[in-house]
Amino acid sequence: MIALLRNISYRAAYVWRRNLDVNLVTWQTNFLPPILEPLLYIVAFGFMLGRYVERIAWAGIELDFLTFVAPGMISVAILYHSTFECMYGSFVRMYYQKTFDAIIATPLLIEDVIAGEILWAASKSFFAASIMLVIVSFFGLVEYPSGLVIVLLAFVGGVMFGSFGMIFAAICPSIDTMNLPVFLAVTPMFLFSGTFFPVEGLPAWGRAIAAVSPLTHVVAVARAASLGVLSTAFLPSALYIVAVGAGLFLLAVHLMKRRLVK
Amino acid sequence: MEPILTAANLTKRYGDLTAVAGIDFDIAPGECFGLLGPNGAGKTSTAKMIYAAVPVTGGCLCVFGRDITRHAREIKKLIGVCPQDVNLDQDFSVLKNLIVYARYFGIGAAEARRKAEELIEFFQLGDKRDRKIESLSGGMKKRLLVVRALVNDPRLLILDEPTAGLDPQARHQIWEKVRQLKKNGTTIVLTTHYMEEAAVLCDRLAIMDRGRIVERGRPADLVARHIGRDVIEIEDPSPAALEEIEAAGARHETFAGRTYVYTEDGRELIARIAREGQAGHVVLRQAGLEDVFLKLTGRQLRE
Repeated sequence: MIALLRNISYRAAYVWRRNLDVNLVTWQTNFLPPILEPLLYIVAFGFMLGRYVERIAWAGIELDFLTFVAPGMISVAILYHSTFECMYGSFVRMYYQKTFDAIIATPLLIEDVIAGEILWAASKSFFAASIMLVIVSFFGLVEYPSGLVIVLLAFVGGVMFGSFGMIFAAICPSIDTMNLPVFLAVTPMFLFSGTFFPVEGLPAWGRAIAAVSPLTHVVAVARAASLGVLSTAFLPSALYIVAVGAGLFLLAVHLMKRRLVK
Repeated sequence: MEPILTAANLTKRYGDLTAVAGIDFDIAPGECFGLLGPNGAGKTSTAKMIYAAVPVTGGCLCVFGRDITRHAREIKKLIGVCPQDVNLDQDFSVLKNLIVYARYFGIGAAEARRKAEELIEFFQLGDKRDRKIESLSGGMKKRLLVVRALVNDPRLLILDEPTAGLDPQARHQIWEKVRQLKKNGTTIVLTTHYMEEAAVLCDRLAIMDRGRIVERGRPADLVARHIGRDVIEIEDPSPAALEEIEAAGARHETFAGRTYVYTEDGRELIARIAREGQAGHVVLRQAGLEDVFLKLTGRQLRE
């Protein structure tokens, strides 16, 4: 594990930069969803579904549904952008485009490449969450300055979810088999992590599962930040994100190296 | 002169499969060294170990006087690689491919652009400069791989089957560029199974088979040592012609109804065979590297 870390250098930034360059060419298609998505959510949840939902109690606070759900949908964006970037984007670059093969013939090592890919994925979450934060702020759904924590959360959470996605890119034999982890892990996480309703409403076994779901902790911190009620009560969630993120990162680099270095 | 590269008992195993079975060779500065062999001989595995794309299983591989296992980054900084598979960056244009690749070597933006423009000029790719990779022909992609391998002004250039699948025009163009690089003093490792390519470009070569080096030397010396000067090919030789060949003491072999006769003086022998009234097709030609290759690695199909 120490050897893996030692093999990661500043050169990972060249991989990050390569991905940024590609995205700058196609930026319209990359930045439009984070701008439009929250608007769709606000219409659907706030103005339509919100009419049928009574006020929601969360962490002792009474909220209207839209205020409750806004940090949830930003958290989902953090999950999706980094997970899918590493799951599918990295897999395509590794398997079909042979981009990694080309890069490791230069002074970069495979550890640099994987680290650069995960940092890029985290940056995608960061960009998406930042844009969404600006949009929902126009509707007065975020308290400041604590709301700015979400920007940092997006990157750190993005490292965790990017690593999570990279693990599947490393172990899935083909791109089709990735439907399985999406169905078994990503979708349940999306639905049952306190994104659209409080986890307290779940039965005991559901709460136990939600407690280990990484997204639950991202949602908790994001919601506390957007409501301006951050306190030490959310420290365990923050620590969870850092610790699990670091663990998944190392595992992702290890598994990817095992797949690629024969 | 200190060799640029030294391999001692170099071994590569993938699980139970031994791809390279303990080979020794070294490469002098400025030399073009060829690795020849049928498919699965271990050429590409050897090349990949030189640029640390696959780890060395056993033995020692020193490049620029440093162990590849411990100094991969420093060594790769000075190497240019033209891989067998086309792994150009599909998301970028020709120019951008070179600029982004230069960046991996830590070359700054302005210098990277200058170098990319210079290479595009040198390889006459000006009209393709802003084209996307997917719109290039196969030959053009291969050429661009060679170009890309030069962005860091490598001291050692690895060309892994650089002309596989190319038409003669594209192949000759790559040869011409490689010769120019040789003239500029670049050391080159070339893997190929085109004998003509090896004969034209390589100063020295090693013929590999089943993970081992079965013969090595200068192309012309190898031909002289193993084959002689001339080869006569005869289709369905008559018994009288065969007697004449035996009498001349020339080495010969028959494969799929065709007899190959190896001799120092083909002109004289072919006249004698003609006098015996050999009816079938008879050809006299100069011996080449391909004859050496087939003699050493056999005529059976691989893979």
